[in-house]
Amino acid sequence: MTALDRKLLRDLWHLRGQAVAIALVVACGVATVVTTRVGYESLRISQQEYYARERFADVFAQLVRAPESLGRALAALPGVAAVQTRIVFEVTLDVPGLAEPATGRLISIPEHRVPILNDVHLRRGRWIEPGRRDEVIASEAFASANGLEVGDRIGGVLNGRWQALRIVGIGLSPEYVYEVQGTNLFPDNRRFGVLWMSREALGPAFQMDGAFNDVSLRLGAGAQESEVIARTDRLLERWGGLGAYGREDQISHRFLSDEIRQNRVFGTVLPAIFLGVAAFLLHIVLSRLVAMQREQIAVLGAFGYSRRRIGLHYLEFALACVAAGSLLGAVLGLWWAAEINRLYGQFYRFPVLAFAPGGGVVAIAVAVSAGAAAAGANSAVRRVLRLPAAEAMRPEAPARFRPGWFERSGAAAALPASARMIWRNLARRPLRAGLSVLGIALAVAILVVGYFFVDAIETLGVVQFRTVQREDVTVAFHDPRPNRARHELASLPGVLRTEPFRVVAARLRHQHAMRRIAIFGLEPGGELRRIVGADLAVFPLPPEGVVLTTKLAEILGVAPGDTLTVEVLEGSRPVRTVRVAGLADELIGLSAYMDAGALHRLMREGDTLSGAFLKVDARATERLHAELKRMPAVAGVTTRQAALQGFEETLAESLGIFTTVLVTFASVIAAAMVYNAARIALSERGRELASLRVLGFTRAEITRLLLGEQALLTAAAIPLGFALGYQICALLANAYQWELFRMPLVVSNRTYGFAFLVVSAAAVVSGAAVRRRLHRLDLIAVLKTRE
Amino acid sequence: MADDVVFRAEGLTKTYRVGDVDVHALRDVDLDLRRGEFVVILGPSGSGKSTLLNILGGLDVPTRGHVRFLEHDLAADDDAALTAFRRDHVGFVFQFYNLIPSLTARENVALVTEVSPHPMTPEAALALVGLDERMDHFPAQLSGGEQQRVAIARAVAKRPDVLLCDEPTGALDFETGVKVLEVLAHANRELGTTTVVITHNAAIAGMADRVIRMRSGGIVGIERNAQRRPPAELSW
Ligand SMILES: Nc1ncnc2c1ncn2[C@@H]1O[C@H](COP(=O)(O)OP(=O)(O)OP(=O)(O)O)[C@@H](O)[C@H]1O
Ligand SMILES: [Mg+2]
Repeated sequence: MTALDRKLLRDLWHLRGQAVAIALVVACGVATVVTTRVGYESLRISQQEYYARERFADVFAQLVRAPESLGRALAALPGVAAVQTRIVFEVTLDVPGLAEPATGRLISIPEHRVPILNDVHLRRGRWIEPGRRDEVIASEAFASANGLEVGDRIGGVLNGRWQALRIVGIGLSPEYVYEVQGTNLFPDNRRFGVLWMSREALGPAFQMDGAFNDVSLRLGAGAQESEVIARTDRLLERWGGLGAYGREDQISHRFLSDEIRQNRVFGTVLPAIFLGVAAFLLHIVLSRLVAMQREQIAVLGAFGYSRRRIGLHYLEFALACVAAGSLLGAVLGLWWAAEINRLYGQFYRFPVLAFAPGGGVVAIAVAVSAGAAAAGANSAVRRVLRLPAAEAMRPEAPARFRPGWFERSGAAAALPASARMIWRNLARRPLRAGLSVLGIALAVAILVVGYFFVDAIETLGVVQFRTVQREDVTVAFHDPRPNRARHELASLPGVLRTEPFRVVAARLRHQHAMRRIAIFGLEPGGELRRIVGADLAVFPLPPEGVVLTTKLAEILGVAPGDTLTVEVLEGSRPVRTVRVAGLADELIGLSAYMDAGALHRLMREGDTLSGAFLKVDARATERLHAELKRMPAVAGVTTRQAALQGFEETLAESLGIFTTVLVTFASVIAAAMVYNAARIALSERGRELASLRVLGFTRAEITRLLLGEQALLTAAAIPLGFALGYQICALLANAYQWELFRMPLVVSNRTYGFAFLVVSAAAVVSGAAVRRRLHRLDLIAVLKTRE
Repeated sequence: MADDVVFRAEGLTKTYRVGDVDVHALRDVDLDLRRGEFVVILGPSGSGKSTLLNILGGLDVPTRGHVRFLEHDLAADDDAALTAFRRDHVGFVFQFYNLIPSLTARENVALVTEVSPHPMTPEAALALVGLDERMDHFPAQLSGGEQQRVAIARAVAKRPDVLLCDEPTGALDFETGVKVLEVLAHANRELGTTTVVITHNAAIAGMADRVIRMRSGGIVGIERNAQRRPPAELSW
């Protein structure tokens, strides 16, 4: 080891607090890179392999009923490589141990196992046996949520007739990696599940012999998806087609892909922040080091060390911090990635969830952190290269003090001498003071951003499940029912209030933009489902026209007052124009609302309902559920409680983990920033403070001088950090607008309070550390040598 | 005699521009230094002593004039060449010692021997200045005189052709100063190192072969001592 290497080690040891702080910040950055990158790769690879192996389709369509021969016509369309026709029905299930009725989606499969599109991957048990019409393969998510095993039985109401279904296998399908019902966004695996059943059994049960109501297509190489969709729609039109759609609109695929994308977004934004902070800290520490060691640098130069070699010496300091941080970060990141992967395993059902920590990840992390080191060390090293050798020999010119406006105003005279010293010290180097304030403010901002996610999720939950959705139970019918069904529901046990709704599948068009959506017809004056506008305030549904969620309006490129074309996909399939009457500022999903009367007029139909929202007496829920289970007209029952739970378990939990980590990391940065600022102040002022001690100042007095300055800087930084944090939150809220949900820009006082507490705690702890050093200040040593 | 000259400076001028005024640190200085010579530069503060020394040592370049080390034109050199020149030929001793505080005495010397072509060992260099007992002490654990002796060990360890000392005794008491000067005289005698010592202290002039007096950036007189006196006999 050369003497210069020794000096490096001793410098590192001497500045270990700061070196560790930098390493920790780098570790956070590298950990986020590794985690998000591994998450991204793991999901992407798992998805790709699964889709290929089980032949996930490219285009999907539902329809009322078409003869099998139409399947051959679809297969003959240009661009179509394979066609899978199926019978799919949702039925009410009676699951042992579950009070409320569950919804089962029955999907037909061939009795004899042959490769099909969206094939079933058998986890346990076996394929159905020909001729045994009560056998089903249950989806793994549903089975495990309900503790069902091969051999168990569940009851189902198939086309009005109760039937026992026997589970012979547990399986998964690429169509249901994320298993949710209809337009629900969050899984409720207890109350919704997929059951694969023999086509020979489903056909007769639903009068669908020789017919199908669901079709999936696989595209050939080079096929244009939009063209195939258009052609499919044309063919299905007269068979009650509900509009074909591609993978992007297939809910499971969509969710999974959003998650993958999200990994990419966070995988760039967060590491950029962390490594930016690391570079900033390195810059401060190294600049200070170089300034303090200018005479040492001159000596090295005088004895023939080249500038380049000396510059490299300081670069090595940066690299050492960053290398240690990267190593820690890589380990932390892999561990965290494994945790996230485990969590993914709960939401996303894959035959095998790949865990792909490739060498590429390490390479990226190393490259990124080396970049941070170089960026941070750059100016310090350049200063070394520029330092004129003879010049450096003379000590830095003493700082010049000039009375500023504050002093001239006379206000300063009122201050005690120590306060005046603090003030002058800050005013003497406004740039350095500004940099310290900025650093601490950045830490505050990052804390605000970290906790903002908690606010956002909570607001999301409150808006969706308290303001918008207020029903206890939602009942959906298979087909629209006449108005008297409302009274039947109202007379069920425990029902306190019934608000019927009408749902109509439609395509909304505006110029070139098009979206398949269910239009909700709500009763005027309804209390169980409400529309929220800007600022999340409730507003009444206009009697005419359609209200769109902001995101949907954005997709369609419409504003209130514009007209849309509505192509209804059921009944007589009318095509009409409708005015956009307002925007709903819902945060989850895409929705379109109309006054129920207006929707009936649009449909040219009488008072019918597709279902109803119910307010229920909690004491009677069990009896109510028992009755609902037996009602043949009922296609599905959902409870708000269950939906809320699904929301909390999915979004809240996955974002929750993320938030915990982010907040932890933000705290690391905050502590690093504050400690660094205090430590720099100490090394800059050590000599001066020691001289004061020699002149007879007490320890307490010099401590007050130094820490008073730090307190002032921190106090100035906090409001700045709040403002900065809010701006970053606004940026994130703006960027974080997936189709499925949006982040509301709500930053609570709790978040600000939290940021304040963490930064104050960091300030107090660093203050204590600096104070300890001050108390041990070796007066002789400080005065004898220059740092 | 001419081939005895190691340094030849002609018309050396150094001006610094401070604000609107030019500060003439050196004006038209001509000077020859010979191999193995021990030269003392005397002069009041601000007379340009350090400036001259820095230029001779390749730490700085003149604004005008020539300075040659053997066949080597220092004024024309770029930074890399000056660095190489310092590395191969020059040893410096500074008034404030300028040791690296994070390195021990031995390591401070090693710092230099590691980059020199034919150095002595750090231990030998430290023995030369009588510090073989304190080799593993950090600068903060040494007295001022001891630190200066480490600095001298560091300068002589590389066996430089020239040893340039800027007020090596400025911060030392008499006895320690004498000790340090003895080390310099010893190195000059034993290793034949051309040595230049800057001082305010006229008494030190007695140990030199030649004494150069400076004032206001110029040389006002050069005296040759008939006999060099050992440092122990000096007094001030
Ligand atoms: N970088 C500089 N900028 C401006 N003026 C300078 C600079 N360096 C030296 N000077 C000026 O040049 C003159 C000569 O300086 P120099 O350091 O050579 O003096 P010195 O004889 O070594 O004095 P001392 O005995 O006090 O060390 C002085 O007037 C000094 O102020
Ligand atoms: Mg001088």
